[in-house]
Amino acid sequence: MSDVAPAIELKGISKAFGPVQANKDISIRVMPGTIHGIIGENGAGKSTLMSILYGFYKADAGEIFISGRKTAIPDSQAAIAAGIGMVFQHFKLVENFTVLENVILGAEDSGLLRPSLSRARRELKNLAEEYELNVDPDALIEEVGVGMQQRVEILKALYRKADILILDEPTGVLTPAEADHLFRILENLKREGKTIILITHKLREIMEITDTVSVMRRGEMTATVKTSETSPPELAELMVGRKVLLRVDKVPAQIGRKILEVKDLNVTDDKGVHRLKGVSFDVHAGEILGIAGVAGNGQSELLEVLGGYERATGLVKINGEEIDLTGAKSDGQSRRARGISHVPEDRQREGLIMDFHAWENTAFGYHHDAEYQRSKLFMNNAAIRKDTEEKMARFDVRPPDPTLEAKSFSGGNQQKIVLAREIEQNPDLLLIGQPTRGVDIGAIEFIHQQIVALRDQGKAILLVSVELEEILSLSDRIAVMFDGKIMGERMPDKTDEKELGLLMAGMTTEPRGLLHEAVEAQLAHAGGDAGKEV
Amino acid sequence: MDFATLLQMLDATLRLATPLLLACLAGLYSERAGIFDIGLEGKMLAAAFLSAAIAAVSGSVWLGLLAGIGASMILSAVHGLASITFRGNQLISGVAINFLAAGLTVVIAQSWFAQGGRTPQLTGDARFNPIQLPLAETLQDVPILGPIYYELISGHTILVYVALLMVPLTWWILFRTRFGLRLRAVGENPAAVDTAGVSVIWLRFAAVGICGILCGIAGAYLATALQAGFVKDMSAGRGFIALAALIFAKWRPWYALYACLLFGFLQAMSLRSDVIEGVVGFQVNGQFLDVLPYILTVVILAGFVGKAIPPRAGGEPYVKER
Repeated sequence: MSDVAPAIELKGISKAFGPVQANKDISIRVMPGTIHGIIGENGAGKSTLMSILYGFYKADAGEIFISGRKTAIPDSQAAIAAGIGMVFQHFKLVENFTVLENVILGAEDSGLLRPSLSRARRELKNLAEEYELNVDPDALIEEVGVGMQQRVEILKALYRKADILILDEPTGVLTPAEADHLFRILENLKREGKTIILITHKLREIMEITDTVSVMRRGEMTATVKTSETSPPELAELMVGRKVLLRVDKVPAQIGRKILEVKDLNVTDDKGVHRLKGVSFDVHAGEILGIAGVAGNGQSELLEVLGGYERATGLVKINGEEIDLTGAKSDGQSRRARGISHVPEDRQREGLIMDFHAWENTAFGYHHDAEYQRSKLFMNNAAIRKDTEEKMARFDVRPPDPTLEAKSFSGGNQQKIVLAREIEQNPDLLLIGQPTRGVDIGAIEFIHQQIVALRDQGKAILLVSVELEEILSLSDRIAVMFDGKIMGERMPDKTDEKELGLLMAGMTTEPRGLLHEAVEAQLAHAGGDAGKEV
Repeated sequence: MDFATLLQMLDATLRLATPLLLACLAGLYSERAGIFDIGLEGKMLAAAFLSAAIAAVSGSVWLGLLAGIGASMILSAVHGLASITFRGNQLISGVAINFLAAGLTVVIAQSWFAQGGRTPQLTGDARFNPIQLPLAETLQDVPILGPIYYELISGHTILVYVALLMVPLTWWILFRTRFGLRLRAVGENPAAVDTAGVSVIWLRFAAVGICGILCGIAGAYLATALQAGFVKDMSAGRGFIALAALIFAKWRPWYALYACLLFGFLQAMSLRSDVIEGVVGFQVNGQFLDVLPYILTVVILAGFVGKAIPPRAGGEPYVKER
């Protein structure tokens, strides 16, 4: 074994963006035919390191060896030539091209397309058989599901004869079934001798599929261990630098009166697509209702309707009083007046104005509040600033400086600013979408505690998240959305990821038994394309 | 309206549609690659001036054409430098080019020729002259087809045929060649092109370069074929009409041809108000006919003709994501 050269060896890689040291003297060895995980919090430097390996950035210092040979990788072309393929977190596909056109783009055989296209068609057929990588070569990218889009990205790399495949947060957009399918593909690739680097912040994925794992923290490589010799708590501690509570601690819910009642909610968007199809549910005081589902199945629209910036038909009652869903007064302002606070899914676009200061951001939506007014004409900026400073202290926002622009905070701290603004309004109902998207583990722990604390004060909470783990650990009741409908409600202690995953893919799981097993077998056979085809 | 008049109208349509078509295809290359170009107008104007000036001085229209293309290419290079290399705002760069061309052409024309911002009248070989296609004379008397061939198809300058041939050629380049695939990709998602190991910068400069060549031909056509010399502001908004036609055509070459023919026909109508009067039965205000193409432009730009989806990365400078 010792005479086999590592597929990849990085020695002393450093990279700075201005004053920020993204990578500090990083060395790593990845043996051929293995799956190597790189885990770390957001901003730990994982993606930067891989972008250097793929020629997207130039390292300030350090050397790269591919199969024992020192290799310079000044651009992506060189990386491809060295047999490296990369599947980015945000796919690099041309939406209105076919699968085939995307595969050959940049790897055409000659000036004319026809021969390249027919060769690629044959090649794709072979690869599909070899690795379970089924795609429809003539489908347009914008018309296929994310699962297939990801397979196209993998095929792009294999078509370019990649031996080393880097995947950056590959499961973020997938259903559990699709993620399982991806892992089967990765196992197949490994069996054929390919080397795989998996970048993720999910401990479970590391434990499930990798052979070795490297942990990064603040630009440094803190450890490289065999996966079989480590455990999730140990990895979490290595990532964060202190002990982390992985499970959410909470007492049983004290369910109170009905706060939110939603009946037969329907939304049709500008393009005439039916986004919500007769959605009904209730949320009670002292309860967290978690809405699970793959992104784009109507959860966003649901939050937008309740938050007051999407029109809908149907009935919504808060504290027994009906809310106007279509009139001129149906806006965020009127919702807040009724005791609804909203932490939107996309904090950078809907929750904050990135170029504005933290103190301005904490006043948004509540800027008409009496305490923020000096007179009818002027705002009391000093009061807002002071208020913000106190909120920042209570919510542990770092750095606690109200005069910094929103964009200069990390994802987790941005989220804390939004949370502070909304929670401290003491709402009856908190709408919260993707509370921990792009938030590091330490901050996740804090945010979860805040949500649970609000519940314990007897508030109603509607939680929307695409992270099943988060839904399972926070919710007192779980509703699963698929294609604009609620597929069913489950209690978190009486269900599991598998059952929820099937619901998320649009399959009813009742009654359990023969039908259930048949569906599951079919799912496995179909290659996990459940989200799209079923 | 008799058959001969109709043929004359269509003949004029073809002549007037040619500069629009060339400019429209120029814009098509640029915008398909993700670089919006409202400087078509300025590039045409600059090309019109320099082609007429060089043709007048040298007596050779071909030298004039080359000079026109050169002038347009220089402005293209400025646009490319501003919007690709320095990632500036593409609209502002385009507006600047339009102003620059409008002012510079007249100033230089005055200082070179002292004829009130014009170039001298072009005659003989300093102009593109109509070419008679083979057998046009002989077949003239064949019923229906003869006059169509003689009047409508034959007897245009070479640039008209060049413009028409550019349509299938552009279609073929865009949809059948590697260069076309990459060009379309870079206008939709430059990151996909970049990660595939192809230079975004180079592709976009190539597209802007082609745009410059075609605008140059369009401008030279105005001054050395359609007219006989340069006059102030002679492009008369054709660059903007071409942009409207491009949107109308949904950034597709064959639709671009149809859109430009429509605009050309409207312009031909305004030249023949007598014919219009004969058809509709009352006198139509000539100025109303003059503004028709511009009204249609406004209607198209206001989105009354269905949804036109521009290339997705259009107008955005490409910056590598961190």
